[in-house]
Amino acid sequence: MRLLIIEDDRDAADYLVKAFREVGHVADLAVDGEEGLAHALDGQYDVLIVDRMLPKLDGLAVIGTLRSKGIETPALILSALGQVDDRVKGLRAGGDDYLPKPYSFSELLARTEALARRRGSREETVYRVGDLELDRLSHQVTRAGGEIVLQPREFRLLEYLMKHAGQVVTRTMLLENVWDYHFDPQTNVIDVHISRLRSKIDKGFSQALLHTVRGAGYMIRDSK
Amino acid sequence: MTALGKLLRTTAFKLTLVYLTVFALFAVFLLAYFAWNTRRLITEQITQTVDAEITGLAEQYRQGGIRRLVFVVDARSRRPGSSLYLVTTRAGEGLAGNVGSLATGILETSGWTETAYRRLDDPDGVEHHALVRVFQLPAGFRLLVGRDLEERERLYDIVLAAGRWSLAIVIVLGVAGGFFVTRRVLKRVDAMTETTRKIMDGDLAGRLPIAGTGDELDRLATNLNAMLERIEALMHGLKEVSDNIAHDLKTPLTRLRNRCEEALRLAEDESQYRAALESTIEESEALIRTFNALLMIARAESGQARDGMTEIDAAEIARGVGELYEPLADEKGIHLKVEAPVAVPVHGNRELISQALANLVDNAIKYGAEMNGADAEIVVTARGEGDRILLAVADSGSGIPAADRGRAVERFVRLEQSRSQPGSGLGLSLASAVARLHGGDLKLEDNRPGLRTVISLPRAGSVPPAA
Repeated sequence: MRLLIIEDDRDAADYLVKAFREVGHVADLAVDGEEGLAHALDGQYDVLIVDRMLPKLDGLAVIGTLRSKGIETPALILSALGQVDDRVKGLRAGGDDYLPKPYSFSELLARTEALARRRGSREETVYRVGDLELDRLSHQVTRAGGEIVLQPREFRLLEYLMKHAGQVVTRTMLLENVWDYHFDPQTNVIDVHISRLRSKIDKGFSQALLHTVRGAGYMIRDSK
Repeated sequence: MTALGKLLRTTAFKLTLVYLTVFALFAVFLLAYFAWNTRRLITEQITQTVDAEITGLAEQYRQGGIRRLVFVVDARSRRPGSSLYLVTTRAGEGLAGNVGSLATGILETSGWTETAYRRLDDPDGVEHHALVRVFQLPAGFRLLVGRDLEERERLYDIVLAAGRWSLAIVIVLGVAGGFFVTRRVLKRVDAMTETTRKIMDGDLAGRLPIAGTGDELDRLATNLNAMLERIEALMHGLKEVSDNIAHDLKTPLTRLRNRCEEALRLAEDESQYRAALESTIEESEALIRTFNALLMIARAESGQARDGMTEIDAAEIARGVGELYEPLADEKGIHLKVEAPVAVPVHGNRELISQALANLVDNAIKYGAEMNGADAEIVVTARGEGDRILLAVADSGSGIPAADRGRAVERFVRLEQSRSQPGSGLGLSLASAVARLHGGDLKLEDNRPGLRTVISLPRAGSVPPAA
């Protein structure tokens, strides 16, 4: 995955570049809005990571300019402003995801990978992971041919996980995308939902599909 | 600026001057009109009298000749307060009458003339003014009849004096009144200025004085006081937040630091370092949570989060939050039930109200059900009651004693039973701040047994959120 990081805080930027390279991604760095815009205009990137407040050209302006020129590279906005209305402004300006500072790298990585994947993925009607199948039109879920009955929310949870099969999905990503809540529920309510789902799709099968990734989140994957 | 200078520059005083000028001009106009009309009237009377006498005397002459005329004129001249009479020959030689001397050339005129004269019967021989008419009699005799104008002059003097006096009185009273009114207004404005200066110096508890007359200054002061009230509340909130941040973030920060120092000092192998780092990250995450919650409370309390409010359904919020927490409750052996059968519209922020309700449910699960084991139950309800919308969470736990309920909503207060549980102690304060942002409030009630927490909000379209 090729990334462009536009961030004016040198320490934070260097840390990000290093961390992304460690996990095998190519990361370029721009330290102000103008430079970032110039790089991004080449369109050679899979994902842009844009700090909201940048010298010379504001982060939202960078994304707005790109979008007006028809460049649709997914962009993730990093910002010290974490309130709901700031987030809405960011997404309205053409951003695809919004992560308030301070963030954990695992959260940023998971979201970046989800954005990169989204770009390539076509919207399939049936998701398959191993012998698990989810039909998005008929809302039917089967494993090894046997039907699994899910509650509507469990279905949406599984759908999101399977859409990002093979990728780490964090708890906040689930809370935002499956429940549409952007607040911190204090207790890890998501974990309980996951364990319920797990008991429905993995129980009685030797091969577990829904995995917990320690310190990061969850992943659905065919481990064969 | 001197006190007098200040007084003279006030709006009230300037207004007084304008009024004073208007009234003085009016008084002058009134007196002038009165004087002019009276003078006209007097002159008319004189001419009528004189005309009548001339007609009468001419008749005497026609009947009895010059002798008769001289006789009659002589008789009339002697009466007290009489008119002026003079009968002369063609050459201007006086035959009869009471006029001593006349301005020259008067006898050659005919018709009306104003002239100076002296009376024969006046011992002092003072010059008087009179309005006279000269009448040519046949055979060259001339008859002059006139009236003294002293009466008219006296009236003139009276009017003039009245004018002077009234002008003087108007000016004196006006200026004095102006001073009095202005001083009164200035005194009150000065008191207000003094108070505002004190407030600017930092005494936020100060309030503008209200005279109780209900006039425009009182209304202004009342409004300014309401504004000060709000400012004081906001400042108080701000101070509280910074105090709390200082106090409650420093404690975990100290813990964090201690742990790092301890690891540096004592850790011997990689696994111990790793454990120390992991606990540091955990601690920092808890810190960020507390920090975010504090920021959110501050934002809700200052009313900043009011943009982004739309019409939403509280029943849907109750169902959503209930659905989110149901598995967690279930895992703890608590039955979580949502009772929200009909849509109840609220004007508000879905995220904030959801979070507030989530905090209440989270609290209920943590503390509310621990006592009653098997049949523990939490009921989340959303329903309308008059023009209010009630979002309630009722549990069957041990509840909170009535005496502690007020304290429980305060920031960072964690009642005895909750100390063993994780949490920032901000859940109820956040719920309360969100309720107030939407023009409602948060109440803790007895559920017999257990606790019932109620967020009461105005129904959409009923009352606008309070300022």
